[in-house]
Amino acid sequence: MDKTKTTELDNVVVRFSGDSGDGMQLTGSLFSNLSAILGNEISTFPDFPSEIRAPLGTLGGVSGFQVHLGSSKIYTPGDDADVLIAMNPAALKVNAKSVKRGGIIIFDVDSFEKSDLEKAGFSTDNPFQELSIPESTQLIPAPLSSLTQSSLEGLGFDNKTVLRSKNMFSLGLVCWLFNRSIDQAIHFLENKFAKKQDILHANIKVLTDGYNYGNNLHLTISTFFIEKSHDTPKGNYTSINGNKATAWGLIAAAEKSGLQLFLGSYPITPATDIMQELALRKDLGVKVVQAEDEIAGITCAIGAAFAGSLAATNTSGPGLALKSEAIGLAVMAELPIVIVDVMRGGPSTGLPTKTEQTDLLQALYGRNGESPAVVMAASTPADCFHFTYMASKIALEHMTPVILLTDAFIGNGTSLWKLPKLAELPEIKPNFVVKGMEGCKVTARNAETNVRYWSTPGMFGFGHRNGGLEKDYATGCISTDPLNHEKMVNARQAKVEYISNYLPELNVEGDAEADMLVIGWGGTHGHLMSAVNSLNKKGKKIALAHFNYINPLPKNTVEVIQRFKKVVVCELNSGQFATFLRSKVPGVEFLQYNKVQGQPFTVDELENDFSKLM
Amino acid sequence: MESKETTSIQYTAKDFKSDQYVRWCPGCGDYAVLNSLQKVMADLGVAPHNTAVISGIGCSSRLPYYTSSYGFHTIHGRGAAVATGVKVANPELTVWQITGDGDCLAIGGNHFIHSVRRNVDINVLLFNNQIYGLTKGQYSPTTKKGYVTKSSPFGTVERPFRPAELTFGARGTFFARLLDVDLKNSQTTILAAAKHKGTSVVECLVNCVIFNDGAHGYLAEKENRADRLIMLEHGKPMIFGKERDKGLVLDGFNLKVVTIGFNGITEADILLHDATCEDTTLQLKLALMEGPDMPIAMGIIRDVVEETYDAAVEKQIAEVQTKAKISSFDDLISSCEQWEM
Repeated sequence: MDKTKTTELDNVVVRFSGDSGDGMQLTGSLFSNLSAILGNEISTFPDFPSEIRAPLGTLGGVSGFQVHLGSSKIYTPGDDADVLIAMNPAALKVNAKSVKRGGIIIFDVDSFEKSDLEKAGFSTDNPFQELSIPESTQLIPAPLSSLTQSSLEGLGFDNKTVLRSKNMFSLGLVCWLFNRSIDQAIHFLENKFAKKQDILHANIKVLTDGYNYGNNLHLTISTFFIEKSHDTPKGNYTSINGNKATAWGLIAAAEKSGLQLFLGSYPITPATDIMQELALRKDLGVKVVQAEDEIAGITCAIGAAFAGSLAATNTSGPGLALKSEAIGLAVMAELPIVIVDVMRGGPSTGLPTKTEQTDLLQALYGRNGESPAVVMAASTPADCFHFTYMASKIALEHMTPVILLTDAFIGNGTSLWKLPKLAELPEIKPNFVVKGMEGCKVTARNAETNVRYWSTPGMFGFGHRNGGLEKDYATGCISTDPLNHEKMVNARQAKVEYISNYLPELNVEGDAEADMLVIGWGGTHGHLMSAVNSLNKKGKKIALAHFNYINPLPKNTVEVIQRFKKVVVCELNSGQFATFLRSKVPGVEFLQYNKVQGQPFTVDELENDFSKLM
Repeated sequence: MESKETTSIQYTAKDFKSDQYVRWCPGCGDYAVLNSLQKVMADLGVAPHNTAVISGIGCSSRLPYYTSSYGFHTIHGRGAAVATGVKVANPELTVWQITGDGDCLAIGGNHFIHSVRRNVDINVLLFNNQIYGLTKGQYSPTTKKGYVTKSSPFGTVERPFRPAELTFGARGTFFARLLDVDLKNSQTTILAAAKHKGTSVVECLVNCVIFNDGAHGYLAEKENRADRLIMLEHGKPMIFGKERDKGLVLDGFNLKVVTIGFNGITEADILLHDATCEDTTLQLKLALMEGPDMPIAMGIIRDVVEETYDAAVEKQIAEVQTKAKISSFDDLISSCEQWEM
């Protein structure tokens, strides 16, 4: 009777999908965490609507969470799903196209009544036919709602609590499908619901019943086994999302530099989590001002920088636009500040919960006057930590605003993170005035690096007046002298350019002998690397140069790019980095691959495009 | 680089003057307020290096260049937010915010009401000349309705703000008013603002000799001044006039001017000023008095004690830290769910 067989897989993509109130984010993150504990590499991507609670069962309310697990390097949350869990017809409809051929769809058959189908806009009673789901797809109808109800029957829970627990039934079922013990999930739940014992017990009961349901019914499908990863360097790991990693990067930089951390912020999707994470850290003395608007968010941070803190502000595209004038002030006053832009779809309000790389030119040029700022970008959820730390280091050591670009994809997505120790992180030495320099002018700067010396209120002997008006190079007094202005413009520019001396060289990954070079920046690294690796495996000569430092560029940028016969710049915008590179790298024809759909690349589409270009 | 001892030193106004040439127009009311401020800074006894003067944009916002303390001339309207950041980052500092009617109430209106609402411990000198001076004569949010300016050649059709109402509406804890030419009272008023813990709003009625000369002329005329304004003092009867024979009493829900010695009115009938009253009703009535029927209220109109934002931030951090298990980045890392790979 037992037709279950186990298939060993190198990697698998699971997508949980349901109403935004169905608890799909929790289910997905529990599943990815327990897989990581079992030794898999993971990468996740939540995809939720901007509506908090759209009408139940409608397409607008579908919330998804995708997990990619594997036994070797996992760079992305994966393209199409091997397994889709659809809690209702709307979830099925939204995700049907992204299920692999031969994939599995588990659906809550209780939620596929006529009225449910109508809410999702189906006109017949066979949604699978209507969506032309191929016959090779294995459909597993599971009565999740009614089984959850019977699981909790007689235990005195109200109907709402009962229905909200059905996500745990699906998690139990998925754990069975992937041969995962539910012990670890129970452990996570115990932490999460420590103060709500009744909810905890309901969840554990339903989770266990979900697991047993799969086990006892001997469902006629394959279960999967994924080998432990042996590629990851030994160490202690956690799974972390990009926004949390960003917040922790600031915390680490503040402690390393011996400064107080100050964040001025205004809530904006998808960047708010950074503020919320830092607001939690009163224990570490972090000061967070939730300001009245984006402008106050950055200007109070500039005030804190003036007063000697490691100052930061976080935002997303529209907020960056509002902060432009203040960033100019930080450029002019030569004060250190870290501006994190978690990019989303634009322009205007755009696609608040979706990812895009469309703020690059705004970050580089979106200010009045000659206004150079450092621009950097992180590439993975975990490396948001490293690049935020480096952004802070550069700001403090070079007295400049630094704009760090992350995006909704890496900000909300999670990846494995090897836990660092503070002692292992590079030193941060802010460019403070030192004893003996009393009386120096506000514009006094290091002759080699052009970095202004930092003195802050409370220091005796260094009183000064700073501000947004042009200052005399020597005296620091306000000045409209024509030649002095040009000298100051050049000094501020040279200061930023000099930072390239401290940056790591641009690295080429993949086939170093390749004719074709793929160029990317920021959060697309995983998809680009996967596509290049896959093509390399197929014997194609292709390489990747991925940028995290954009202004200034790494020193070897021109030399690296000019080595290749064909260069294609891939970005989630209409060609902003390509435009920038054309102004910096002479004699190269930059081809472009662009996508502006509010979604990350898929490895498939990249491979197809690169193959055509080669 | 820590601050040197700051007590025991007797400062003079000169200690707070910078070497910069003051560039306001000759006759500008801002000079008088600057002088009063520097005297108050000396009296206050806070060292120049522990004083930060923050401003936005406009004529008055040039003031930080003229003091010897730490100064920051920021961008238009944002002085309140920058000052908030300075004070929260380092609550040990005495922070002044210099602003004008355009900077504070037009482009910076949002920051103004929110810094007042939070009760950040900063001293705001709001220079109100009812005109945009630096851009050469456009009407401001406090310009009287109907007034002809370069941007209202046929008279403004806008109703002006009254700064006291905004301050009270934003739950302000301190509001005072001074007149540029009245040096003695200016100093006492600014000193009280400096001593108040929380956002102290001082509306400084200043004259713009070039674009709005005489805007406060009704008050500025020396010979009639004593009859036209009332200098409020907490706990004292509200008496004014050249002969100090006029006073304020309640008439129903309204204030009324009476003459002492007439109709059996004695000094005992005159209302005492209570600047510390939580309820703003009477303070607002005082702040909104207008001539010629009523005297214009000057001095400290409201001065109540409430926890300041910067102190609350410090207190909350201290409270959390006494109970905290995490006190370093490495602790934070150890605290998170982790596994060996």
